[in-house]
Amino acid sequence: MGISGTLLGGYAGQARGHNGEDHATEIAQAATDHSSHGGNSTVGDVDTSRFDPSGFLRDFYWGEERREGGRVVREYELTAEGAEIEVAPGVAYPAWAYNGQVPGPTLRAREGDRLRVVFRNQDAHPHTIHFHGFHPANMDGVFELVGPGQEFVYEFDAEPFGCHLYHCHTSPLRKHIEKGLYGAFVIDPREGRPEADELVMVMNGFDTNFNAANEVYAVNTVAFHYKKNPIEIRKDELVRVYVVNVLEFDFLNSFHTHANFFEYYPTGTRLEPSEFTDTKMFAQGERGIMEFRYRLPGKFMFHAHVSEFAELGWMGLFDVKEGPV
Amino acid sequence: MTSSRRGPGWVLLGLLPLLGLGVLLALIVLNGAGVDRADRPPIEDLTVQRVALPTEHEFVLSVRNGGPEPVTLSQIVVNDAIWDFEAEPSNTIARLGSATVTVPYTWVEGEAYEIVLMTSTGTTFAAEVPVAVLTPGFSGETFWRYALIGTYVGVIPVALGLLWYPFLRRLGSSGMNFVLALTVGLLAFLVIDTLEEAMEVATGLPGVFSGIPMVILLTSLTLLGLLGAERLFRRGREDASRLATSYRIALGIGLHNLGEGLAIGAAFALGEAALGVFLVVGFTLHNITEGVGIAAPILRERPSLTHFVWLALLGGGPAVLGTWIGGFAYSPLTSTIFLAVGAGAILQVIYEVTRLLLKDSAQSKTPALSGANLGGLVMGVAIMYATALLVSV
Repeated sequence: MGISGTLLGGYAGQARGHNGEDHATEIAQAATDHSSHGGNSTVGDVDTSRFDPSGFLRDFYWGEERREGGRVVREYELTAEGAEIEVAPGVAYPAWAYNGQVPGPTLRAREGDRLRVVFRNQDAHPHTIHFHGFHPANMDGVFELVGPGQEFVYEFDAEPFGCHLYHCHTSPLRKHIEKGLYGAFVIDPREGRPEADELVMVMNGFDTNFNAANEVYAVNTVAFHYKKNPIEIRKDELVRVYVVNVLEFDFLNSFHTHANFFEYYPTGTRLEPSEFTDTKMFAQGERGIMEFRYRLPGKFMFHAHVSEFAELGWMGLFDVKEGPV
Repeated sequence: MTSSRRGPGWVLLGLLPLLGLGVLLALIVLNGAGVDRADRPPIEDLTVQRVALPTEHEFVLSVRNGGPEPVTLSQIVVNDAIWDFEAEPSNTIARLGSATVTVPYTWVEGEAYEIVLMTSTGTTFAAEVPVAVLTPGFSGETFWRYALIGTYVGVIPVALGLLWYPFLRRLGSSGMNFVLALTVGLLAFLVIDTLEEAMEVATGLPGVFSGIPMVILLTSLTLLGLLGAERLFRRGREDASRLATSYRIALGIGLHNLGEGLAIGAAFALGEAALGVFLVVGFTLHNITEGVGIAAPILRERPSLTHFVWLALLGGGPAVLGTWIGGFAYSPLTSTIFLAVGAGAILQVIYEVTRLLLKDSAQSKTPALSGANLGGLVMGVAIMYATALLVSV
């Protein structure tokens, strides 16, 4: 089935257009019977009391803002710890997490701000934070391992502007990333960007049975979360999505919007879009900014155009609402 | 003297170790054995015993938990897509318990599917559907179809083999010994074949059933039990009657054919038997020698025709039973038991026919390992091996 049972149920009228084809009707009927669950979907619900992907979407961590000698200084606190997270309903994953959540908090700053990230390691393994951006060699989070119980302060200027990421860079590297030590790192240009409804989507996956391949895929950790809890946006309002691909094991990921095209800014480091498209491919560590407006109300799907990832959880819906912003 | 020593105190002495065991178990249950590890994830062991495709839009899995603790089935993945499902009676399966999992999925006929069960710990267990075809439901028509298949591969070839009886009777004594040796050869093949099949099914059982040891023990116990029973039947006579030997060969072969029926029925039900006609013809050829084996001990006697009918039914009939069980209610556990018992029964008749062969050789004053006997043995194995090439299910 190309579309979900829910949709098939919702548009069963169209499906019956195959007049005389009893089989098609029968299949549509069978799908409708299960529309309360919906064929390609998880069974049950995730406990969102500890981490709610719907809240994470628009949650930006600006840090504690201060002025020191005329400069804006932002101080953030990140703690690495072990956390059992729920990647699909009833499926627990023993993650390593910044501040107990995967992805870690979305760090946000303005170009030129002085950033001070106080990192504490409360896990039993050594960890670091490696930021993508400009910084001194000893702030790179590669050689200065932070042991269990230790603390390290990363300090550098926020540049260049764009959509970046941070992650642990302890060896074995893949293990430290796949277990959840990553997050988005957004630096606004000095002049700012146009007003928009801003969302963060970190494309990730989880190797739940430790066979060096992902069993579950998602944006922001929970499989099918935004399919079951569509993201409400407003008709005609500018939507800006900061997309970061931190997927391990698979070389490529992708992002596809239905019934709409988006302006794409690779890595967010230029103010002019490079492309107007509806499908964008991302290598490991690749990221960018998507901007779009929906002209019509309704539910519109977005998902990885790698169908396998989509059907293993990387699928969601925008619920475009009418009315004022 | 002895009876006075077996008073109530004696009963108590017998209960003493059990009492001690009770106290120990109570202590362990209450206080733990000091080996508990809360920090280690539980070891999970789910086995998919059967995948049925009763309609064009569902898979029905029967799942058993062979692990030490209850397992919660959280998600199902069909060909790399997380899919809706319902588990009855619950998706938490108790130790040694089972569940029926229904997955509403519109499958494509003739294609292969992998269904993955994902537990609450993210552990996965996979089941294969090698070729998706409708699983025949229980109806009068399928009932007769399976009976017909069983008759083709079991009853008819055994009966046809028995038809060689008049021909074989006219062989000389070395010719009859050749046929007995041939019987030993074909039985040797059958016991290996049955054991192999039993082991193969046993490896698919949850580990807690100890499948392989179970096969070995069941086979040995069946062999010993039948040897003991045979001594009882003789009731002081020096040897079992040759007709009784034929009946036991028929029983052993019957159990083997039951196993074949199980495999064929299950294969048809699971859509693996794509070469249906070829397979049936192969089994017919393969099993025709079995009739010769059943007839071999009674070549020097003249039993009534009814005995031949019963021998054919006993040797071939279980194939019908097997196809029914395999087709409608396949269970790896019962299959393993049937096959292991069958192997034991065949071992026993090998022993019996070998004794017969030794006795006849002694009577005709030919060496037991004469050219004719060795030739028969080799030919028995060779015929079975060659015809087995036709029937790999």
